[in-house]
Amino acid sequence: MKKILEVRGLTKIYGSGCPRCISATGPAHDTNVCPHCGTVVAAHDVAFDLHEGEILGIMGESGSGKSTVVKTLFFDDKPSSGSARFHDGEQVQELFDLNPAEQRWLRNHKFGMVYQNPNLGLNFNVSAGGNIAERLLMNDLRHYGDIRDRARQLLARTEVLSNRMDESPKRFSGGMQQRVQIAKALATRPPLLFLDEVTTGLDLSVQARILDLILEIQQELNTAMIVVTHDLGVIRLLAGRTLVMKYGRVIEAGLTDQILEDPQHAYTQRLVASAL
Amino acid sequence: MGYVAIKGGADAINGAERAMEILRTAEGEQGEPLTLSAIEHQLRLLTSRVVSEGGLYHPKLAALAIKQAQGDTLEAAFALRAYRSTKPRLLETPPQDTRKMRLIRRISSAFKDIPGGQMLGPTFDYALRLMRLDLATERPEDFRKIAGSFLARSPNAPVADSFPKVVDTLRAEGLLPPLHSRQCDPFDVTREPLVFPVPRSAALATMARAETGSLLAIAYSSMRGYGDIHPTIAELRVGYLPIELPHPVTGEMTEAGEVLVTECEVVAMYEADSAGKRPTFTLGYGACFGHNEVKAISMAILDRSLQKGMADGPANPSEDPEFVLLHVDGVDAMGFASHYKMPHYVTFQSDMDRLRTTQKAHDQALEPSPHQTERAAQ
Amino acid sequence: MNSSYELPLDEADYNFGFLDEYAKREIRRAILKSICIPGYQTPYASREMPMGRGFGTGGLQLTLSLAGPDDVLKVIDQGSDDSVNAVNLRQFVSLTCPGLTTTTHTSDATIIQSRHRIPEQPLNESQVLVLQVPYPDALVVVEPSEARRKAMHGEGDYSRLLTKLYEDIVKFREITISHRYPTRINGHYVIDPSPIPRYDVPQLNQSPALTLFGAGREKKIYAVPPYTNATPLAFDDVPFRTEDFHDDRGERIACARCGSTRSFLDELPLADGSKRWQCSDTDYCDQQLQLKSGTLTGARQ
Repeated sequence: MKKILEVRGLTKIYGSGCPRCISATGPAHDTNVCPHCGTVVAAHDVAFDLHEGEILGIMGESGSGKSTVVKTLFFDDKPSSGSARFHDGEQVQELFDLNPAEQRWLRNHKFGMVYQNPNLGLNFNVSAGGNIAERLLMNDLRHYGDIRDRARQLLARTEVLSNRMDESPKRFSGGMQQRVQIAKALATRPPLLFLDEVTTGLDLSVQARILDLILEIQQELNTAMIVVTHDLGVIRLLAGRTLVMKYGRVIEAGLTDQILEDPQHAYTQRLVASAL
Repeated sequence: MGYVAIKGGADAINGAERAMEILRTAEGEQGEPLTLSAIEHQLRLLTSRVVSEGGLYHPKLAALAIKQAQGDTLEAAFALRAYRSTKPRLLETPPQDTRKMRLIRRISSAFKDIPGGQMLGPTFDYALRLMRLDLATERPEDFRKIAGSFLARSPNAPVADSFPKVVDTLRAEGLLPPLHSRQCDPFDVTREPLVFPVPRSAALATMARAETGSLLAIAYSSMRGYGDIHPTIAELRVGYLPIELPHPVTGEMTEAGEVLVTECEVVAMYEADSAGKRPTFTLGYGACFGHNEVKAISMAILDRSLQKGMADGPANPSEDPEFVLLHVDGVDAMGFASHYKMPHYVTFQSDMDRLRTTQKAHDQALEPSPHQTERAAQ
Repeated sequence: MNSSYELPLDEADYNFGFLDEYAKREIRRAILKSICIPGYQTPYASREMPMGRGFGTGGLQLTLSLAGPDDVLKVIDQGSDDSVNAVNLRQFVSLTCPGLTTTTHTSDATIIQSRHRIPEQPLNESQVLVLQVPYPDALVVVEPSEARRKAMHGEGDYSRLLTKLYEDIVKFREITISHRYPTRINGHYVIDPSPIPRYDVPQLNQSPALTLFGAGREKKIYAVPPYTNATPLAFDDVPFRTEDFHDDRGERIACARCGSTRSFLDELPLADGSKRWQCSDTDYCDQQLQLKSGTLTGARQ
């Protein structure tokens, strides 16, 4: 399989930083706050590869740094250090060296993001169809009829009733809002999709249908995905490989089946045991 | 035909000018033209507003502006600003030290007593707002009587030339952060446009010229809870500030005159510092030409709330530099409000075209198909 | 307050063009920058003028910094030389620029300052059109923060503006923007072309004359240089449309005064409930009347 993303040494700290920040934080110290200078080490030295059509899970509780990783890759936040190489056909892009305009171009054309909070991913002041149109318009599509057809197809694919496409998603249920977000993210058929706690807070039956949809899309479009979650069930269902994070560090990485069958780290063992 | 050509613009403008003039002088023969001196002295707080909002310290010109604007503060400040536009700037005023102010009033609400002492001075703060009917028939003799009794009751002890500042005391104790040396030249809002983000000095300069009511309204929103900064007035002072300028030949700082200013420093609550620095109170600063305490206090509160917004991102309108600074200028705001009175025939024609076309499209979509009409008829 | 402040001795002694020379130089620099970057909103320290913000102070500052004693100025408002604001501005420029002449004829003018209209008669290379601008930024309808709008312009990110057009068509089956129609200049910056009707927007495209836009209150100057593309935003299948002046039978309405069927019309409601239509551009209307009567002078009513 072809590599699509290589992440090395990804680090993000919030604060002034000091020489002892790294050695004084992490799972061994039970904290991600440096006791010497108060800096938060949100993520340190995160490294992984992602292949075409693969789903990588990043699991951890809040404060583990899992969302930080995705936010830096989607350019919502700047990393403190590290590199991320994105393979786009024959081209290789060093994500963190790009200027804001190039980053925005990649976000619009090659990446998709589904946030836990639909407020972040959707514009509630325009219709569901308009949300998808916006993304298509970013991609220089200029035919109103084509844009509408495409929006209708995408919403149908994500099981949003097409007769509601001209309504604001503000009035939709939580599950429906996530479907619109997914449709919007998929509008440009991006090779890489980020999903940040997309089913958190939804009813179990709604969760199951959204997860099914994500799997179907992955199979149909061969989209590579990074799924961030604290939910072992989501990882089990979606992710082929998984990183487990705690206090800003990756403490375990490997095939999801292996991690679930034979967790090495005490923290992962507790997680798996409690989920059973 | 009921058609009137849109003509005669020049005549109409001249007529408007004459109509304004006749209203200004409508008292008729008994009327006495207001003297500039009467405006400057008897309407001193009005003059204060105009010099500060006009951004030009010239009380006599301000009095003239008030007279010709028939008392409208916005118009008067506007005239001063336009006058200022015609004058080249010959010199940049270096920062002045307000410790050297010759005070007429000075209070602190933070301490019962302060080095140098509290000085209530001229204020309406504790006056009863009852109608003073005796003023309705005041004569020049009354003025003299008031002056005489004021002088007779003045204490003999001389007032000190300058007073220490309350914030210096707080600073010495470490309750306020130390002053850091000037990092950049002050931003001149009359020479540079505001391109956001702007430095604090640009915010201060903009607010120093701002319309009093606008500043008050936004500051009041902060006081009421849209982002309360919990202010305490460390010191409010009113007095004459000597202006020192470099001597044109020797370059030595030389006193060139003095201006009446109001200055306010508020101390606001401390905040947890993520960088682990020692917590201290924070400071908000307000100052304006003339005697205008509400403006200085509002400005000080907004200075503090804007600093918060500049550091952490705005959580309330009063913390948003763009929102505050682009909406407090009286000349800008009144000009735009007035411009709606100008003809908008062409744009309204466009508006009507869009609405009619939209209505047509709407009606066509609602028009029942022949099949439906048939069924309705049955 | 202080007795030492005396009134200036002679208030009538203003500099040529009212503004001091430093101010005019700054404005000319901003103009040059705007021409170099077509459609870019150049910030400048707009001065207070003796008329209200919103009455054309931005346009006026441009005119005053460009005008010399040998210039011929035309000032119009709503297409008319005689509307109150145009008269006011023209008088002020005449007063402060000794030697400058004024005209109502579009073809004679070297500088044309206008509010809400572009003259019907095509302009030539030796003319400068100065438009007065209340809102300089086309993005303001979708983004209130100027700092964020600046980034959007820099990256040529107009998707949210286009989404507004999409939403318009969804809701009304029409693009409802009537004037201030967002127009892309030279393939990059989208400008607010000032509140000219859509009818006038095509005149900006490849115009031989330089068009300058001045927003006094918002402190911005921008330009459409001569022979530059100006493309109104639209969809491939929902084209940009100008105001429609056809009656119910589909016939083009003619000006009741000069009979022209090729001008932007003012609609005037009459007391009996009917309407009268007349050219908005008074100079054009006069020219048409003169052409009709075969005279070249004295046709003004």
